Amino acid sequence: MKRQHAPPGTRVIASTLGALPFNLLCLTVLCVLAAHAPHLPAWYTAMLAAILAARWWQRRHHPRRVQAWLRIVMLVAVPLVVVAVYGSPFGREAGAAIVCGLLVVKVLESESTRDARMTVGFACFILMSALLFDQSLGFTVVVGLMLLPVLATLRALEPGPPGFGWRAALQPGSVLLAASLPAALLGFLLIPRLATPLWGAPDNGAARTGISDRMAPGDIQSLLTDNAVAMRIGFDGAPPPADQRYFRGMLLWEFNGRAWLPGIAARRPWPPAPVDVRGPLIRYDVTLLASHQHWMFALDVPIDTPEGARMGADHTLYSTRPINQTLRYRVDSATDYRLDPEGLAAGIRAAALELPDGFDPRARALAARWRAQAGGSDVAIVRDALNLFHDGGFAYNLDAPPLGRDSIDDFLFDTKTGFCEHYASAFTFLMRAAGIPARVVVGYQGGYWNDFAHYLLIRQANAHAWSEVWLAGRGWVRVDPTASVSKVELANTGGATDGFDAGGSDWWLPWQNRLDIVNRWWGQSVVGFDDIKQSRLFHPFGIEHATAQMLGIALAIVVFLALGLGALLASLRPRTRPRDALAAAQTRLQRKLARLGIVRGNAEGPHDFYLRSADELPESASTLRELSTEYLVLRYATLEPPPERIRGFVQRVRNFHPRRVVK
Amino acid sequence: MPANPPGAPGVAARVRRWSRSFMRGRKPETLPVRLDRRRIYIVPTRAGLGYALLLVTMLAGALNYQNNAALLLTCMLGAALAASMLLTWRELHDLTLRSLHAEHAFCDMRLPLQLAFTDDHRNRQGLSIAVDELEQPCPLRPGASRASVTVATDRRGWMAVPRMRVSSTLPFGLFRAWGWITPAQNVLVYPRLLADSKPPARNDDPNERIVGGDEFAGLRDYHAGDPIRHVAWKASARHDHLLVREFDHAAPGQPLRFDWDALTGIDRETRISRLAGWVCDAYTAAHPWILVLEDHRALGPASDAAHYHRCLAALAELP
Repeated sequence: MKRQHAPPGTRVIASTLGALPFNLLCLTVLCVLAAHAPHLPAWYTAMLAAILAARWWQRRHHPRRVQAWLRIVMLVAVPLVVVAVYGSPFGREAGAAIVCGLLVVKVLESESTRDARMTVGFACFILMSALLFDQSLGFTVVVGLMLLPVLATLRALEPGPPGFGWRAALQPGSVLLAASLPAALLGFLLIPRLATPLWGAPDNGAARTGISDRMAPGDIQSLLTDNAVAMRIGFDGAPPPADQRYFRGMLLWEFNGRAWLPGIAARRPWPPAPVDVRGPLIRYDVTLLASHQHWMFALDVPIDTPEGARMGADHTLYSTRPINQTLRYRVDSATDYRLDPEGLAAGIRAAALELPDGFDPRARALAARWRAQAGGSDVAIVRDALNLFHDGGFAYNLDAPPLGRDSIDDFLFDTKTGFCEHYASAFTFLMRAAGIPARVVVGYQGGYWNDFAHYLLIRQANAHAWSEVWLAGRGWVRVDPTASVSKVELANTGGATDGFDAGGSDWWLPWQNRLDIVNRWWGQSVVGFDDIKQSRLFHPFGIEHATAQMLGIALAIVVFLALGLGALLASLRPRTRPRDALAAAQTRLQRKLARLGIVRGNAEGPHDFYLRSADELPESASTLRELSTEYLVLRYATLEPPPERIRGFVQRVRNFHPRRVVK
Repeated sequence: MPANPPGAPGVAARVRRWSRSFMRGRKPETLPVRLDRRRIYIVPTRAGLGYALLLVTMLAGALNYQNNAALLLTCMLGAALAASMLLTWRELHDLTLRSLHAEHAFCDMRLPLQLAFTDDHRNRQGLSIAVDELEQPCPLRPGASRASVTVATDRRGWMAVPRMRVSSTLPFGLFRAWGWITPAQNVLVYPRLLADSKPPARNDDPNERIVGGDEFAGLRDYHAGDPIRHVAWKASARHDHLLVREFDHAAPGQPLRFDWDALTGIDRETRISRLAGWVCDAYTAAHPWILVLEDHRALGPASDAAHYHRCLAALAELP
């Protein structure tokens, strides 16, 4: 290899890796695997960790490279396994799985300092890519701390003192990370952000989170146990009362016997229906976390349309671009209103009454019976349905039993157990069957009101489905059939509320709710710090719009100042210099002699002075001569006097008590 | 001469000053020599350039994906790695070479130099000193501020201590800081030892011989400088090289005599080398010897270290 013939003048690197750097390297790679574990299959992470552990054990006992054929097999196997799992080597998860696998293969062949440095660099990059999956405060801090083993490995690759251990290896990295944090933060603020990505659509194939655009039994179920934050809402005035916190996302019009789909609402861009606002408007701003969907949730009936959004005929907001990043918008909403009270257009009315043929005959019969009893009163039919849910032996349970082909019939007459989806679905079906225009609404309901920071925290677990029915003269009216259910079975709800204040099922959640204030700050100030916010950075200094050029100049100044300050700090001599014990002892001795009137002259050397002292103090002459010789030897004849000898001299000076005998 | 306004030095003076500062550490200096900030150079190593490329890639990725958490991580890593430059520089800063003590070495061997630095109670774990292209690690610790390096030698006599490059790549191996130290000091290199200088020959001129019996002890291969009279011609005829007769030594206590004039028929350097070899052997055998030099100056007889060094120094200093 070329490496062995290093050109003259370069350091010949001890090419084999010691035990300490190799252990730290394994720790670094383990950290990277841990950072990617949340979004990779558990068995895949476990397999890579096992290979890493086997490599660690192998090198501990036989310090050499893993055989070439095994490495080649691994190199081929990693992409094959990933393609087998994900179907393609492209996409975020598949890419992360491949690079994690390759990193472990790289450890298999890491035997030299140079290999180890390359592996560590590779690990840094993969560590950063873990943040593409999760930008939350907690995760970012954890990944940031993983820089410590990275820097410790780099340090361990360099020579160290005898007995150099992992603690000493960690030291420079932690000091440097802490010391350079201010500069890193300033750099973060000043590095000009891109308004548009340079390449690629970053969220191609990204996992969609939150509510989806269809509703079949069980779709929301997984969401209801998900405590991830969906959005945060700050109100200009007082927040609406708890029973009014319904955030509409999208409306589902079409029922195919099994699932509810958007139907005409998604197909026909009708103008927003007329709305007759009665009470005061509620003004608020929403911070919606990336959902990779288009729905922009708004309280009840939004009146205006934020920038970049469209309003549907049913007064729902729809973003023109997928929401791939945290989105903030301001809306005015009405909670006391008459929505489309004048009468429905024929097309809309037909869509709101449409039911598939050949499904659920018993439910249809029930609805027909209600219609016959109630005559022309739609309100009575609504009341009948709610009474059925309240008194008919229905129970709320997230662990709903599976339903057959006639899902509404099965639910209404057999299982009688379910959650918001089942109730909204069955209720809307019954209304349509009875001839009342009805539709399903999917959104969020409830939330945690943070009284300290004045905002409403909505988690995915707050996802909810309810209905709207159209009543003559009152327009579309919200009906939440789930709220009528009296019997709640909290088994296995895992902290889900779904309109109920379940309470107590997750002791940790209240604390999470309170601590969410930090996450909110993180989301708004750090994750949401984009080119627009950055351009307002110099606002306090009277600069309206900071250009990339200004930011660049500021960044250069910061780098220059940071390096200058760093150089100044680095050139300081150690503050606590151990004092010269020998000189101190000699001063002490001279002070003792001076008390007896023997003072060293300015031009008098120590040798002469002590001889003179010995002459003046015959009782102490021998001790003085010995001290004098010892001092001269230690000071002038020894390059680095042994510390114990200096200590001995100091001790003797301390014990020396000269007396002048007066004759 | 062009008239310069006072206070504005001319271009020539400026160039001279610049070149002087540039050449600092390249011209011999008297000890102690302190590496101050003006004479420490620092550049990224190849690994450092690799990591710079890595940081640029990470930066581009974080910016492109508009991922601020990743950008923050990149900034933290970048700032820490850049700041490591200061620690590298600090390894060398204020390093003071206080004294230099040369040991002895024969020509073509490496001459050990004992370097004593001022103990400023700092850890300088990564220090490495390159003398004539050979990197020699010499970590310094509080209480252990001495280091030993070796210098190549190629001829006997007084040699100026070559320029030394003190460098370090601590803490992460991403930057290399270095400074030059050229102590204005000469060291003495002893003559070259010939590979075949054994065994010590005696002067065999009977009337000049001080020591020695002439009891025949055996045969050995001929070496340059052996008296022609000792060649065992008959025995040599049976071999393809010359053999010489060996005689038993004299009684111990009688000094050996190594005479310049006794060695004839070989060139001057070989003569010196041969004498040095004999001195060495006699010293190893703790046998007293007398060295008679070209100018008929005789050293000895003695067999102690001082005599040994005096003899070798005298041989080294021969013109």
